[in-house]
Amino acid sequence: MPEQVKTEKVRYNRMGQRIVSPDYLLFEAPRTKHFITGSEAVKEAAKRASVDASISYPITPQSEAAHMLGELWREGYIGVYFRGESEFGVMSEVAGCAMAGARTITTTSGPGTLRAMELFPMWAGSRLPIQLVLMARGINSPLSIQPDNLEIYFLLDTGCMVWHAETAQELFDMIIAGFVVAEQPDVHVPVITAIDGFFISHTREAAYLPPEDIALPPYDPYKAPMPPIDMEMPPGRFMRDPFVMKSNYISYATHASWQFEVRAAIERSRPYAKHYLRGLVEHFGDPEGEVLFIASGTAAAQAKEATQILIHEEGIKARVLRIKTIRPFPTEEVREAVKGAKYIFIPEFNVIGWLEREVKRALYGYTDIPIFGTPRVGGGMTMPPEFIVQEVLRIIGKEVKHVG
Amino acid sequence: MSVKIFKINEDLKEFMPQEIVDLEEKATWGNPKRGVMDLPYAKELIEEHSLCAGCPESAAFRYILASLPNPEDTVIVNSTGCTSLVFPHIALHTVHPLFGNQNSVASGIKRVLEWRFPDKVKDVVVIAGDGATIDIGLDCTLQSFFRQEKITTICFDNEVYANTGGQDSGATPRGMEFKMAPGGKQWDKVPMWQLAIDSGCHYVARLSVSSPKKVEQVVKKAIYVAREVGPTYIHLYTPCILEIGLNADQGLWEMRQRDKERFKFFEYMTDEAKEVIERKKKEGLL
Repeated sequence: MPEQVKTEKVRYNRMGQRIVSPDYLLFEAPRTKHFITGSEAVKEAAKRASVDASISYPITPQSEAAHMLGELWREGYIGVYFRGESEFGVMSEVAGCAMAGARTITTTSGPGTLRAMELFPMWAGSRLPIQLVLMARGINSPLSIQPDNLEIYFLLDTGCMVWHAETAQELFDMIIAGFVVAEQPDVHVPVITAIDGFFISHTREAAYLPPEDIALPPYDPYKAPMPPIDMEMPPGRFMRDPFVMKSNYISYATHASWQFEVRAAIERSRPYAKHYLRGLVEHFGDPEGEVLFIASGTAAAQAKEATQILIHEEGIKARVLRIKTIRPFPTEEVREAVKGAKYIFIPEFNVIGWLEREVKRALYGYTDIPIFGTPRVGGGMTMPPEFIVQEVLRIIGKEVKHVG
Repeated sequence: MSVKIFKINEDLKEFMPQEIVDLEEKATWGNPKRGVMDLPYAKELIEEHSLCAGCPESAAFRYILASLPNPEDTVIVNSTGCTSLVFPHIALHTVHPLFGNQNSVASGIKRVLEWRFPDKVKDVVVIAGDGATIDIGLDCTLQSFFRQEKITTICFDNEVYANTGGQDSGATPRGMEFKMAPGGKQWDKVPMWQLAIDSGCHYVARLSVSSPKKVEQVVKKAIYVAREVGPTYIHLYTPCILEIGLNADQGLWEMRQRDKERFKFFEYMTDEAKEVIERKKKEGLL
């Protein structure tokens, strides 16, 4: 039994799960081994998160996760659930749920993300701590349902936090941490927990889960920086006097400052995210590696495999800096990590290289180390570790010894 | 929580603006029999609206807010357009979501309020223009009817996109000339009230706001039916006097002309709705 039970009154949520602290749920509770897909990780996390509402819409590859959230509703773990009319409708409906004071989760993918695009800045501007689990896939055109995470790029400046999980295990932990961080009164912006669709959503892997009879404390909407829309509190000044209603310098300045404030809220999430995610980055490989991969999501998983080959078969010191949070971006961590590196490689599952842009922005004027945005694949192509190794060896002018 | 949220801390009262103090002392709270006849005497829930002088939409706002049976537990969802200019002046919880998604946001709010407050009546009312309801938001509007959401949707039909400078909308009658229909609109006015019936609304009314008492009656009926049965829809003619070239004192005249033709009073109710309305009449609430 956790220590807090001895000193505090035991509380239960509506489903009868015992309420525990986020730290207990994430770090201390005993865990058992399961063999689950990423979609099942969404269900298992939501089951332990005292979720009030979820609205869904079908699109591959996120549909299965959305089905399972519906099962949770049927079983009583989630209070409100239905299938909406489109992603634009669904993201509006979850906005309504969150405005009315609910802890809310939804899922989407690819074209659905773009269909719903208008809502994400609205969520952030309304300071709604909605969690969107994004199972990235290609976006049209041409029509594609294959894994490709280009869509994450479109979300980076919506005012939402954007996190990128590498595994089903990490997705499970990130979803729970996502609610906790997003609902901090001094943060209170949406969180997008992204994974690479199919690679994580549809493959099974070992994951360690805490018991299912414990859950996060319920969301308290009265701690929000904006009053919930429930007529239980005096109407907020924001609603009584929106900035657009005046055309003068003060209204322009107010609108601008609100946009800065949303970004500042993301910045204020850093200490919480650091704590609940055990750091905004992960280090892997030889700490003195001269070849440094900077990557996120499954590209980081492939880079780790490539690092093993480089170290053990090619005799090259290599390492990976895996980025967990794209927003907030771990600028300091990246600057610290590049020390000692001779080459920086940024492998990505998209054709534009959004992570390369982010890294270059963080490092501009800070280092002369050459940065290579490669390998880069899209449209559903795979990125075998051997391919990464070949690219690295070709660029640094070394002979390809063992792979090819 | 009801009217308690409008109670002002005694120590701070002397610093509060008069209109906030009036809201506590002179507004009609906790009385479902409130109505448009209170307008000259009670503090209104709308403060110095920012619409054009003589705008019939401003009259519609005043009549609707005076008629809400349960303002202390009513949430209003609006949309983009002239209506959105007014919401900052309303003393209730209002939401400006986006353009066209008002019924989706209202669905989420209503369902969560039912989940969070199972023992309380919380009314959710959507107020949006014809562009928001019928054009850009038609999908969200109809889908909320299909899902039988327990919300009341009120469309302010001025037959034009007025706030953007006068473009034809789905509600513009055929032949009427506006800035995106040079030579006159080529298609018919969308019969939204009929779509509402076909899509599952349990109470539907079409009228102009020329008669305050009539507006009060349909608003109350629509809200009582939405509470117990399912979606309800009110289609109100609120002409844009600016865009059709009338003076500030001609709005009422314009509405009275249309009362005889395309905005002739029309009312529809299902049997379940009728049962609720009859009961509320017996209770003296209608």
